[in-house]
Amino acid sequence: MNFVEAIGGVVTTTYRHIVDVFGLLWDTVAWIIIGPFKRKFPKREGISEQMVFAGIQSFVIVFFVAFFTGIVIAMQSAYQLNKFGATIYVAAMVSVSIARELGPVLTALVVAGRVGAAITAEIGSMKVSEQIEALETMALNPVRFLVVPRFLALIVMLPCLTILSDIIGVIGGFLVGVYNMGLNPYRYIDFSFNFMTWKDVSTGLIKSFTFGVIISIIGCYMGLTTKGGAEGVGRATTTSVVTSFVLIILFDCILTGIFYFSNI
Amino acid sequence: MEKQEPVIRVIDLKKKFGDRQILSGINLDIHKGEIFVIMGGSGCGKSTLLRHLIGALTPDEGSVYLLGQDISKLNEDQMDPIRKKIGMSYQGSALFDSMTVGENVSLPLREHTKLDPNVISIMVKMKLELVGLRGFENLMPSQLSGGMKKRVGISRAFAMDPEIVFYDEPTAGLDPIVTAVMDKLIVDLSKALSVTSVVVTHDMNSVFRIADRIAMLYEGRVVEVGTRDEIRNSKNPYVQQFVSGSPDGPIKFFQQKDDYLETLTA
Repeated sequence: MNFVEAIGGVVTTTYRHIVDVFGLLWDTVAWIIIGPFKRKFPKREGISEQMVFAGIQSFVIVFFVAFFTGIVIAMQSAYQLNKFGATIYVAAMVSVSIARELGPVLTALVVAGRVGAAITAEIGSMKVSEQIEALETMALNPVRFLVVPRFLALIVMLPCLTILSDIIGVIGGFLVGVYNMGLNPYRYIDFSFNFMTWKDVSTGLIKSFTFGVIISIIGCYMGLTTKGGAEGVGRATTTSVVTSFVLIILFDCILTGIFYFSNI
Repeated sequence: MEKQEPVIRVIDLKKKFGDRQILSGINLDIHKGEIFVIMGGSGCGKSTLLRHLIGALTPDEGSVYLLGQDISKLNEDQMDPIRKKIGMSYQGSALFDSMTVGENVSLPLREHTKLDPNVISIMVKMKLELVGLRGFENLMPSQLSGGMKKRVGISRAFAMDPEIVFYDEPTAGLDPIVTAVMDKLIVDLSKALSVTSVVVTHDMNSVFRIADRIAMLYEGRVVEVGTRDEIRNSKNPYVQQFVSGSPDGPIKFFQQKDDYLETLTA
């Protein structure tokens, strides 16, 4: 009986969390769309501040991750393609796998670790020190004031970072292909872009947009539901990052499946 | 004063958290311009009551009338105009630590009014002057002492020229001199700006320095309401014990001794 009870408890709390997360997403979108009609615009300084933090300051770490991933993919695929004497296909391998998969997913994971954690920690410590309640008492809605700028910043900046990481990853592969495997640089670039279609890039960007929604909403939700002082903030931050990671991989799988079976 | 419509009226307010009954039927009237103190021991439900008064919690049963409106029946949009007429000073001051002192005080003005930034900066100086902290606009909250933070919190509560100001434990954790300063500040501000003040505290020295009327809470009920003298000379044993701060009396801080042996051997 205890076992069944435990499972029931987990199912009901998980269900409630899911409902609440969608509630927060709904509220956020409602504030963005309906807010301006009530003359309650999102704060421009707030959004640009978050964009600088989430986007520009994440660039260095995204650069390194994308660059080394490009190099690794080039070397790993060269190891396989060498057997068929088709090393020039390294170019296509790198560009397509980075645009479709590794660019969006690795960028999202890096940003979830860096920005998602910061969002939860900041909002969580505001929550435990009564600052969220103070906002409400001043008739300032925390969703409009805190969630909307972070949400907008991430859904704009994450696709931007993904485009940059696609480019950097291809450059990493190019360096290996040209300087290590001695491929012709012009043919390498030719192969890269001939095999990479607009569809590869756009599906990657749809993914990264979705990941931006996931990171911001999970980060804010975990922050706003923080309980129990400094320890609670730590716990919320860990949960936020872990949940974002799992959801990013899960939605990557779902979206890839949709793109694959619908032949988009 | 008694003839006027009360600015806050609480009718048969009940609240449960899980299985625990926190408030079990509270009735209160708070009149315009008075300093009303809600006192009681830890865990008696006074903070929960305060959160109902500002609309942060909704009652299970009963109603809370704030400035003539039943706030337990209002939605967020209807609540906002009332929220702009109240101010709240928090126990931990709740200053936004990503903003300077000046930005903290000016936030409600910047968000809710169309005033020119120059006018707002003058108003911020005036609000900080009220609490004796003019010139501290550009410091961050982390650079202030506990007492100064609380004073900034009070000046932020007064930013929108509220009709009612709520104070949650305004003197908790402050030294005796700063406590006296805070008490004087609360009295002076209430009288000078003729606002209604609701103070939640368990500091008896403060209570008798500032209160016009006092309500004593115990186990989710109002045990007694009265003026300073009525409370000081109350015959009620609960009030007597609390006022004198005695460990012996009807308010128990230890569990009954009868089942001690059973608990040990269980």
